[in-house]
Amino acid sequence: MKALLRWETALVFVLLVIALSAGSGFRSSQNLFYLGLDIGEIALIALPLTIVVVAGEIDLSVASVLGLSSALIGVLWQANWPLEAILPVVIVVGALCGALNGFLVTTLGLPSLAVTIGTLALYRGLALVLLGDTAVADFPPSYTSFGTQPVPGTGIPWPMLLFALLAVVFGVLLHASSYGRAVFAIGANAEAARFAGIRVRQVKFLAFTLAGAVAALAGIVYTLRFSSARADNGAGLELAVVAAVLLGGVSIFGGRGTLFGVIAGVLVLGALRNVLILNDVPTEVLTIVTGLLLLVSVLAPIRGRQDP
Amino acid sequence: MRPLGLLATVLSGALLISACGGTTRENSTGNGGPTGSATTANPQAPLRTGLKITYLPKQVNNPYFTVVRGGAENAGKELQAEVKTTGPSDASAASQVTYINTAAQQRQDALVLAANDPNAVAPALKTARAQGMKVVTLDSDVAADARDVFVNQVNSTDIAVKQIELLAEAIGGEGEFAILSATANATNQNTWIEIMKQELVKPRYTKLKLVETAYGNDDDQTSFQKTQALLAAHPNLKGIISPTTVGIAAAARYLSSSAYQGKVALTGLGTPNQLRAFVKNGTVKSFALWEPAKLGYLATQAAAALASGRVTGSQGQKFAAGSLGEYTIGQSGEIVLGPPTVFTTDNVDRFDF
Repeated sequence: MKALLRWETALVFVLLVIALSAGSGFRSSQNLFYLGLDIGEIALIALPLTIVVVAGEIDLSVASVLGLSSALIGVLWQANWPLEAILPVVIVVGALCGALNGFLVTTLGLPSLAVTIGTLALYRGLALVLLGDTAVADFPPSYTSFGTQPVPGTGIPWPMLLFALLAVVFGVLLHASSYGRAVFAIGANAEAARFAGIRVRQVKFLAFTLAGAVAALAGIVYTLRFSSARADNGAGLELAVVAAVLLGGVSIFGGRGTLFGVIAGVLVLGALRNVLILNDVPTEVLTIVTGLLLLVSVLAPIRGRQDP
Repeated sequence: MRPLGLLATVLSGALLISACGGTTRENSTGNGGPTGSATTANPQAPLRTGLKITYLPKQVNNPYFTVVRGGAENAGKELQAEVKTTGPSDASAASQVTYINTAAQQRQDALVLAANDPNAVAPALKTARAQGMKVVTLDSDVAADARDVFVNQVNSTDIAVKQIELLAEAIGGEGEFAILSATANATNQNTWIEIMKQELVKPRYTKLKLVETAYGNDDDQTSFQKTQALLAAHPNLKGIISPTTVGIAAAARYLSSSAYQGKVALTGLGTPNQLRAFVKNGTVKSFALWEPAKLGYLATQAAAALASGRVTGSQGQKFAAGSLGEYTIGQSGEIVLGPPTVFTTDNVDRFDF
């Protein structure tokens, strides 16, 4: 735990260094607003994914659920559904996608890595079947402004406000509820947790279902932000989210991590990317930096654990 | 960690960005339509020097867009403008938005971009335009109210008609031919194919017969196999038109390694570097394409004319585009580069792209 706390302190320190050393362009309210929009979907999905990873599992299908929900929004909108009706349906479908992952992992006992690589392809495929290569873009500005405008009277992007609310919910769920304690116990030793009377299957099933539902929510944010419903929306985003979670100090082996660390991880990755792009650093360098950072983040907590 | 303490830290973390953000963002509500400072063009306005222009390709390290970049940079030198290239490494719909926002943030005078998605980038472009940045699209357009002008490489009719003409020449005006396209729902390819079909109705082409349209999915291997399949399925095939650079290169490779070399004609859209060897060994007699460097050059010239207030993007306005001469802005802000360039053994060595 001490090592982890040190890790999070380091992340916050890195964040401060970025914020202070970057030019005034970075600190301008406009840039911070854009930064908030840019990390919106990753930040949202990282919340439930933290629970999944702490429970010792992984979900790589989240970005495909995002794409599927975007495609679903497009199809239902084309069918003249009102958005008020579309949005709950999309979240339910997302939850069902997550529940299917959960069912395959818990009831059938399949490894989550294999299951979610499979559903990564499956959900993306379904999205393509639903919407094909077309893009639906004629959403009313009153809705798309949710993804592009600040909360009136503030500089806070709407998606960030949504994220802040969910962060509190997930913070309580993971760190201040019996459910959260069960998640940590399972991640540390699933067998021992089962003998201690923890309902391992239910706990994991719920974690996957939450991941699906929030990924669908992120799909809504994404679709409105770009006012473009497409089946390929968010392709590849799962790696960014996993990177953020691991950078946040969550152990890939389960049982360790904090939501605070993950939030710091999301912010560090987002801010770093923003600063590099703002300074015209080529994309290749950007990718290399992210990769190195991820390696460090996987190595550091392990090192801390072996060497208490 | 205690729950309350945790809650506080989570909250502060989540709100860090927005807290730094301070009060209302300027222009946050004003992202309507074009709001350029000059609503009327002044053709006599001096051409501004020292302009800052960002070139945003569909993806960086794409060879085609690297050639376009060369043209943009040449124009930049002539105009004494600072042209820089930035962009995502993947050509996904949304990945360009960050770079558009950054350009706005860096107070660039103009943005020249090839859009990955006509709609996904529109809100960001509108916001940037509301802040005074001029937007020129090239190669792939966006929603018309999100940019000032669109520089189209070629008129769809010109390029389609030219390919039929090249095929007719290559096979002596009669016989069966096939089309090897990109994906079945590629908008530009389908437009061209549609125009080709209309062209075939004309009396001089009555002896040309389109027997099949195959799709190589813009994948080298698939296009290679589809070529093989076309030749197997149609023993009397005299020629193939491939209106895609990936398709024509794969087809040329197959033909030149088979007994059909020189017997089945191949034409379409390709780049000189891809096809030079095949022109020289007789597999391809002629093919066409616009010159991407000219595209980047023209778009940058247009960007400078816009940023200098010489044009506003309305139909009928004229501007001087350096070595390319004068251009007129067409309907809905469209500028057409010109007729396609035809490459043959005579001129293929003069181009490097």
